[in-house]
Amino acid sequence: MGLTSDAMGIKAVDMGLIIDKEKDTDQVIALAGNPNVGKSTVFNHLTGLNQHTGNWPGKTVANAQGKYTFEGRDYILVDIPGTYSLMAHSAEEEVARDFICFGNPDAVVVVCDATCLERNLNLVLQTIEITPNTIVCVNLMDQAMEKQIIIDLGRLESELGVPVVGASAARGVGLDLLMKAIAGLGQRNENKEKLFVQYTGPIEEAIAILEPVIAEKLGREEGARWISLKLLDENRSLLRALRDYLGYSLVDDCTVASALEQARTRLRERGVSQDQLQDAVVSCTVQQAEDVCSRCVQFKKPDYNATDRKIDKILTSKLTGIPVMLALLAVVFWLTITGSNYPSQLLSSGLFWVQDRLMDFAGYMGAPQWLSNMLILGVYRVVAWVIAVMLPPMAIFFPLFTLLEDLGYLPRVAFNLDNQFKKCHACGKQALTMCMGFGCNAAGVVGCRIIDSPRERLIAIITNNFVPCNGRFPTLIAIITMFFIANMAGFWQGAASAALLTGVIVLGVLMTFLVSRVLSGTILKGIPSSFTLELPPYRKPQVGKIIVRSIFDRTLFVLGRAISVAAPAGLVIWLMANITIGDSSVLAHCAGFLDPFARLIGLDGVILMAFILGFPANEIVIPIIIMAYLSTGSILELDSLTQLKELLVNNGWTWLTAVCTMLFSLMHWPCSTTCLTIKKETQSLKWTAISFAVPTATGIAVCFLFSSVVRLLGLV
Amino acid sequence: MNNTIVSLHSIPVGKSAKVKKLLSTGTIRRRLQDIGLIEGTRVDCVQQSPSGDPIAYLIRGAVIALRSEDSAQILVEVS
Repeated sequence: MGLTSDAMGIKAVDMGLIIDKEKDTDQVIALAGNPNVGKSTVFNHLTGLNQHTGNWPGKTVANAQGKYTFEGRDYILVDIPGTYSLMAHSAEEEVARDFICFGNPDAVVVVCDATCLERNLNLVLQTIEITPNTIVCVNLMDQAMEKQIIIDLGRLESELGVPVVGASAARGVGLDLLMKAIAGLGQRNENKEKLFVQYTGPIEEAIAILEPVIAEKLGREEGARWISLKLLDENRSLLRALRDYLGYSLVDDCTVASALEQARTRLRERGVSQDQLQDAVVSCTVQQAEDVCSRCVQFKKPDYNATDRKIDKILTSKLTGIPVMLALLAVVFWLTITGSNYPSQLLSSGLFWVQDRLMDFAGYMGAPQWLSNMLILGVYRVVAWVIAVMLPPMAIFFPLFTLLEDLGYLPRVAFNLDNQFKKCHACGKQALTMCMGFGCNAAGVVGCRIIDSPRERLIAIITNNFVPCNGRFPTLIAIITMFFIANMAGFWQGAASAALLTGVIVLGVLMTFLVSRVLSGTILKGIPSSFTLELPPYRKPQVGKIIVRSIFDRTLFVLGRAISVAAPAGLVIWLMANITIGDSSVLAHCAGFLDPFARLIGLDGVILMAFILGFPANEIVIPIIIMAYLSTGSILELDSLTQLKELLVNNGWTWLTAVCTMLFSLMHWPCSTTCLTIKKETQSLKWTAISFAVPTATGIAVCFLFSSVVRLLGLV
Repeated sequence: MNNTIVSLHSIPVGKSAKVKKLLSTGTIRRRLQDIGLIEGTRVDCVQQSPSGDPIAYLIRGAVIALRSEDSAQILVEVS
C-alpha cells in the first residue's frame, strides 16, 4: 500500500541525482538490485528509516536516501528502484543506470535474491562493467537455506572478483558484514581480477579498437569498455546522459568518431548487425551468469518451490482463484468490522465522557459559552468522532492487508485479474495499484509508476479513486451497519456487513474495468501493451514487525492527517451552523442551496456539503453530516449507531439515501492529497482535472440513475 | 531426435521446453532477454490464471506471467 509519509511524497523521495553530502568525507552508496530482493529492507535496517517494504516487485518507485554511521564515518545510502538490467529500457532503469554511471557513488551494492541468483547475476555483471566499486550482497540466504539451495559465497567472490556478502536482511543478519565490506572498499588495494563479460569475437575486436581511445579521452580505464559498447550500440538515451555529464559530446571528438567508425566497419565486415549486436551482448551476459552460477550454486532439492506451486494452484486456478480472492477480501473485512465493533464503542463512550468533563471544566473556569461550544462541541467532537470511527478499523485492516502483502499475495491478484484488464486495454499491474489504493489513493497513484506504458499508467491513475481508501471504509461500514443489517444478531451481523462491503468493493472494481475500457476507447485510445509480471515466492511474514509497522507507519500517520483536517473542519462547520445570515444559519443556507441538486442524485444538501467539505480528507464526511444535523436539531448523546441512525432517519434518510451516500462515497472526486499527487505524477493540469471529473461524473450519473429508477418504481 | 518447434503459448502446464527463437520485437524482446529468456533457455509452464491467460512460466528460477500475445512470439523446442 505504500502508505508511509515517504510514499506520500512528504519526505526524501524523488531526489533523483541530487545527493546532499554534509561533509566531503561522506560516502555515497547506491543500493541496486532486481525488483523484490529486499533492497528496501536492507535500506531500512541500515538507515533506521521506514521505506515501504512488501513482497511484490515495484514497491520502491523513486530514489530514496538515508544516512548511517559506521566506525565513525558517515554514509549516504541511496535506494534505487529495482531493475532487471541497466540497459535502460524503462524509466526506472534509466534512473538506476544514470545514478550508477553518473551519480558518482563511491560504491554500488547490488542486492541479490539467493533463491534466484542466476538471474540476479545478470545485473551484477552489468554493474561490474560500469563501475569500479561493486559489492554483491546475496540477500534472503535464510530462504535459500530453507529451500536447500547452497551458495558458495567464497567461490562466488573469487569468480566475480568483487566482495560478496551473504545476508538475511529481514532478520538483520549479515548487515554488519555488509557495512564492513563497504567501509573496506576504498582502502583495500585490490588486485583481484574482476569478471568482465566476454562477448563474441567480432564484438571484442570492435571494443578493442574503441576502448583505448575512450579511456584516453576520459582519462580513466573504468567504464571505458562499457561506454565503448554503448557507443557501438548507439544507445541514444545514454549518449544524451553522457553528454550532460561530461559537458561535451564524446562522439563529436574526431579521434573517438574515427575509432567508432572503424569499430563499426569491423562489426559490419564480420556480419554483425545492430540487432545482432544487442542480442549478442544480452546473450553473453546471461550465459556468463549461468556459467558462474553453475559453479557456485547447488540445488539439493530439485523441486524446491513445489509448495509455492501448490499454493498457487489454490490461489490462482480457474476453479478457485476468483472465489478465494473474494473470500479473502470478505474475511479481511469481517475481521475488521467485527474486531473494531467493541473498541469503537469503548473509544466513543470514553471520548464523549471526556467531552462532558471538558464542558464541566469550561463551565467551572467560567469560559464564555460560545467559546467552549466552539472548541468542544465544534472542534473536539468532530475529532473524537474521527478517532472513534476510524482508529479501530484501521488498526485492524492495515496489519491484515500488510500480512497479505508480505506473503506475496498481491501479484497473484494481478495475475488473476490481468485478463480483465487486457480486455479493457489496460495493464494487469493496475491491480497492484488498486490494492495500494485500498490504503490510500495518493499512494495508489504514486504506485502507478510500475506501469511502463504511459497510456496505461494514466488509465490506472484516473481510475484509482474507484477503490475506496481507508478513509472511506468507516463511512461505508457505518452506513451498512445502520441501515442494512441492524436486525441481525451477533455473528451474522458481522458476516453480512462484510459481504455487503465486499459487494461495494466489487462494484468499485467493476466500475474500474468499465471506465478503463471507456477511456481506452476514447481519450486514451490504444491497444494493450506487452508486459511481464513476476510472481515472487511466498514468504513467511514477520507478524510482529507487521503489526508495529502498520500501526506506527500507516495507522497513526493516516489518523494524524485525518485529525489535522478534522479539527479545522469541525471549527468551520460549527461556525457555519452558528453564524446566521437573515433568518437561518450559513450552514442551512449552503445546504439549502445544494439541496435541489443533491436530491436529484438521492442525497440531501447536508450530505453533499459534507462531501465537499471532506475534500481534504474523506474521513470527516460522516462526522460533518452528524454535526450539521445536530446543530439544527436537539442535542443527542450519540454513543451508539442506533442513536445515530435515529438522527439520520429524523433528518429524512431512507434506505435510498443510504445507498446513494455509499455510491457517492465510492465514486466522487479524489481527496486533495490525491489530486496534488496526480498533478505531481502527471505533470499536467489537464489530466488532474480529468482524474477529478471522471469519478465525479460517474458517481453523479450512477446515483441519479439509481435514485430515479427506485423512485419511478415507487420502492421508497 | 524428434524435436518439434512450437510457440511457448501452446505448451501445457507441467511441461517444459527450450527456447529456440524470439520473434518478439521492441521493448518486450529486451524485457524477456533481461529476465534471462534467450536462445537455449529452459522454460517450464507452471500455472494458468483463472481465465487461462496470462500463463505463468518458470524462467531461470523466477516465475513470470506472460500474456498469450507475448508467449505466442516465443518459439520453443519440445523434445
